[in-house]
Amino acid sequence: MNNKFSIRKDWSLIESLIVENSRILDIGCGEGGLISQLEKNINAKTYGIEVNSELARKAIAEGLNVIEGNAEKDLDQYSNNSFDYVILSQTLQAMLKPKDVLLELLRIGSKAIVSFPNFGHWRIRLQLLFTGKMPMTKGLPYQWYETPNIHFFTIKDFENLCKELNIVIEKSIGLTSSGKQFSISKKLSNENLFTSEAIFLLSYQNFEPIKLKSKQKTFVGNSIIAR
Amino acid sequence: MNYKFNIIDDKSLECKIVEFSNANFKLDSDYILNNFKIAFKSFGTLNKKKSNVILVCHALTGDQYVTGYNPVTKREGWWSRMVGPDKPIDTNKFFVICSNVIGGCSGSTGPKEIDVNTNSPFGGKFPSITINDIVNAQNYLLESLSIKKLFAVIGGSMGAMQAIQWSLNYPDKIKNIIHIAGALKHSSQNIAFHEVGRQAIMNDNNWNKGSYNENGKRPETGLAVARMIAHITYLSENAMHRKFGRKLQSRDIISFGFDADFQVESYLRYQGRSFVERFDANSYLYLTRAMDYFDIVDKFSKAIEFPAIPNKHINYLVVSFTSDWLFPTIENKEIVKKLNYFNRNVSFTEIETDKGHDSFLLDELELDFTINGFLESNYRKLESHE
Repeated sequence: MNNKFSIRKDWSLIESLIVENSRILDIGCGEGGLISQLEKNINAKTYGIEVNSELARKAIAEGLNVIEGNAEKDLDQYSNNSFDYVILSQTLQAMLKPKDVLLELLRIGSKAIVSFPNFGHWRIRLQLLFTGKMPMTKGLPYQWYETPNIHFFTIKDFENLCKELNIVIEKSIGLTSSGKQFSISKKLSNENLFTSEAIFLLSYQNFEPIKLKSKQKTFVGNSIIAR
Repeated sequence: MNYKFNIIDDKSLECKIVEFSNANFKLDSDYILNNFKIAFKSFGTLNKKKSNVILVCHALTGDQYVTGYNPVTKREGWWSRMVGPDKPIDTNKFFVICSNVIGGCSGSTGPKEIDVNTNSPFGGKFPSITINDIVNAQNYLLESLSIKKLFAVIGGSMGAMQAIQWSLNYPDKIKNIIHIAGALKHSSQNIAFHEVGRQAIMNDNNWNKGSYNENGKRPETGLAVARMIAHITYLSENAMHRKFGRKLQSRDIISFGFDADFQVESYLRYQGRSFVERFDANSYLYLTRAMDYFDIVDKFSKAIEFPAIPNKHINYLVVSFTSDWLFPTIENKEIVKKLNYFNRNVSFTEIETDKGHDSFLLDELELDFTINGFLESNYRKLESHE
């Protein structure tokens, strides 16, 4: 959705959040650029889901484990805690039910990495204020009637949702529109104004017994015992 | 290995045939085959490590002539566009084996072959065959060729059933499975269509409970009708409409009779007629039955959840087609879901086409691209690890 520079930047930041030798699911993996980078650089065991069949086939043809599917319909096929990390990059705002998707990410993964364009950026605020029209930026380059982004939200909105769902924000990184990187602090002040793109590392730190939720999980084991 | 085998060159069939004796090969029906033969062809060169073997499994009416010249039909093999030098399954790289299934009629032991016990063709006395038996027979073939590992098993339709059955029977021998337009079970609707086809054959007066080879008159009408019905299920409504519409055949007005007025009728009649020249009616009965009996839903789940023989290393590629109503996407996806639930290596794509179930045999560039990329990239990975 964004230009190549920002996607690459996004990828290297995502990589920096992940420990080596992890099992990773990338939702909306496209041609598999990120996951093949993660396989190469940090020896990750990767999987992908992509809704566009042509892109999915390109990834499959690279020897990646990619299934053609939809983040809102196809996550139910994975068992609890199947992955160390589940990545949803620049996609949450395009989901019909972003909250359900967010919960699913943390059901199938121990941690989730979510990145999204911040609708609270000062440029966007000013555009709406002064032009009275839906804002268009480099990161959100679509007219309102053709944009795939149907749920706009700001960093503040996202943090509130995490709080409501008892999701722990382990790390959060903001990128300004010029690509400068900074960590988003707990006390929101100016960050919501200056972050054009945010990346969050999420988990349910306090809920160890997830594994006990499903009896089958003990047998599945692959993700825990045999790893 | 207590059995004996002998590999012969069959000049008229232009293929090799392995004759097994003393095999004590127990079928699912408990029938024991001591003597049987498997006809096969191979393409490409086996490398030193024997790590480049691909087994291609044919569909219901296929044969060992996957590519190159088929001396029976006098045409190109059934998957020539997919298999061969510089083709998606590249025989410059891979050593491709394709064998005629047991119960078939292109040289492997089947109902038209002679039963050594009675010295006459098996006919209707041939034992019932299952997909499991077919795969076990293929394993005999590989043993006789001293091939211990398969880089990939590939098949569409009934071939897909065999490919997935391989993952149950001999998972330790396979690295990759390409499953195209198949399912973990044959659906009720599919059994129903097969039953209509079988009834057409068995109600042909020439069928004679399967012993037609003795009086020389074969149940051609019945077999042709069976093929006509089946052929409809291989297409899709849109593809038929695109190809034939309501166009009339060699006439400007309807005949007010039962001639083949419409092109689609003429086409189906041709399909029926040409099929009987190359296929045995009894084989059609036995092999449709093998497909009907196929149901590995539970076995597959168990094998993935509690593997008796390790199978975690297998990479699966599942492909379906949007217009395939015989083995629809949802059935193919069942396999993907089971594998994903237990964190297995699986890739899946649904190819958009209006050509129906037959798409896997037809000109589908997306299928070529996916199969080629999947095989070559996984082969590169394997080679670089060793």
